[in-house]
Amino acid sequence: MGSARYQVLTITRFTLLEALRTRLPWLLLATVLLAVLGSLFVKQIAITETARQQTAFLAAGLRLAAVFILGLYITSSMVREFNDKGLELLLSLDLPRAAYACGKFLGFSLIALLMAALICLPVFFLAPPPAVLLWGASLVLELWIVAALSMFCIITFTQIVPAISFVLAFYILARSITAIRLMSGSTLFDQSSLSHQVTVFLVDSMWFLLPSLNLFTQTAWLVNQNGEWRAILPIVAQSAIYTGLLVGAALFDLYRKNL
Amino acid sequence: MQQRAVSAVPKSVVWILIASLCLQLAWQSSRPRPGAYAEALVFPPDGRTLEALSLGEPIALSQLMTLYLQAFDNQPGISIPFLNLDYDRVETWLARILELDPVGQYPLLMASHIYAQVPDTPKQRKMLEFVYQQFFKDPNRRWPWLAHAAIMAKHRLNDLPLALRYAQAVKQYATAPDVPHWASQMPIFILEDMGELESAKILLGGLLVSGVVTDPHEIRFLTERLQRLEDEEKSSSVPKN
Repeated sequence: MGSARYQVLTITRFTLLEALRTRLPWLLLATVLLAVLGSLFVKQIAITETARQQTAFLAAGLRLAAVFILGLYITSSMVREFNDKGLELLLSLDLPRAAYACGKFLGFSLIALLMAALICLPVFFLAPPPAVLLWGASLVLELWIVAALSMFCIITFTQIVPAISFVLAFYILARSITAIRLMSGSTLFDQSSLSHQVTVFLVDSMWFLLPSLNLFTQTAWLVNQNGEWRAILPIVAQSAIYTGLLVGAALFDLYRKNL
Repeated sequence: MQQRAVSAVPKSVVWILIASLCLQLAWQSSRPRPGAYAEALVFPPDGRTLEALSLGEPIALSQLMTLYLQAFDNQPGISIPFLNLDYDRVETWLARILELDPVGQYPLLMASHIYAQVPDTPKQRKMLEFVYQQFFKDPNRRWPWLAHAAIMAKHRLNDLPLALRYAQAVKQYATAPDVPHWASQMPIFILEDMGELESAKILLGGLLVSGVVTDPHEIRFLTERLQRLEDEEKSSSVPKN
């Protein structure tokens, strides 16, 4: 048991080291800097509510950038490992596949945590600290889902393009599924028609299967200061359930791989 | 690459997968169905912001916005009458959608056939006025909605001067050859209802003389109508003993 934990932590450590030694921190810093400059530009051109506009632009922009960078980093890092036959080498050792996947996921989760911390720094200058902490905590939970999703996709597809396409499509759909479900339930349509019923069924099914990411990391918490720590509880639950589901799916695919 | 059999996957992994999938389904089932709330409809961003957000696809964005706005209706299980909506916001949404896709007719249909049907006269008038204002930007394409607004003003609001204003705008500005004659004849019938027989007679006579109407049945109908107007005028001018 102790050995398995050691193996997991070793892989976590090397995953983290790889991220720190590649240009990921610099890329993140550059992104934060660009977003801050962009938000200053927005502040300059806004006629009213300048602080509100700046905060909203910065927070929403950094959130999307973090999701994109993390997804791309995980897929490219793992695909390089596949191509360099590093995975085969690791698995030829006395290392359970589950330890490899868990170690990787733990490493990516820590990277997500550091990313969220870095992103929160400029936001602290624009919004009250409790609101930023709530927003940052939610961002971490959202990034953990993205990390698990990216890992699952790259293990399944083994190529960057389909994996990252799936990650982005999934993310956009998960962010908009609540609104899509709302639209599909409109009573302005003929509710008895087959096409309407099929559409509603499909949309409802997707709603059940996808995490409601629209509840996560709301900019309104920062600009309206209406966020309460109570709001984080369903987000924690959703993040735990979905991360478990995605890591489980990634493990399932990894165990089926014939190296 | 060949995959190993499912039996190669440890049971614990399969159980984790099944358990988390069941948890996800249970979690989503326990959450309330997403609902539209009247106060949730906020003002849309301004035109330039929307243009930037559309990423060069204004028509697609306008359609998405239309569907989003449309979702604020009576949802199954919950009731949000249109009456509860802030009509200043609704009007701004409709205007923005039209700005993004000026050829699209959907917002005008929603304004005249959906939002103008609420049992609230100021809100009805607001929507009809919106249709009237938007009509002038493309009269030959948007006249059906103003024609409908004229009918609404006449029959629902019982406001004949308003109906006449709309009908006259249709007659004056919707001049494309495919605009049906009944649309340009609307002011005549409204004037008739208003008791303005002389004005109605002049309009009708002018229409017949102009040669715009060529269908024999329509000419006969309008001639009979003109005749009846003249008779009514004569009978009203005869002093009663």
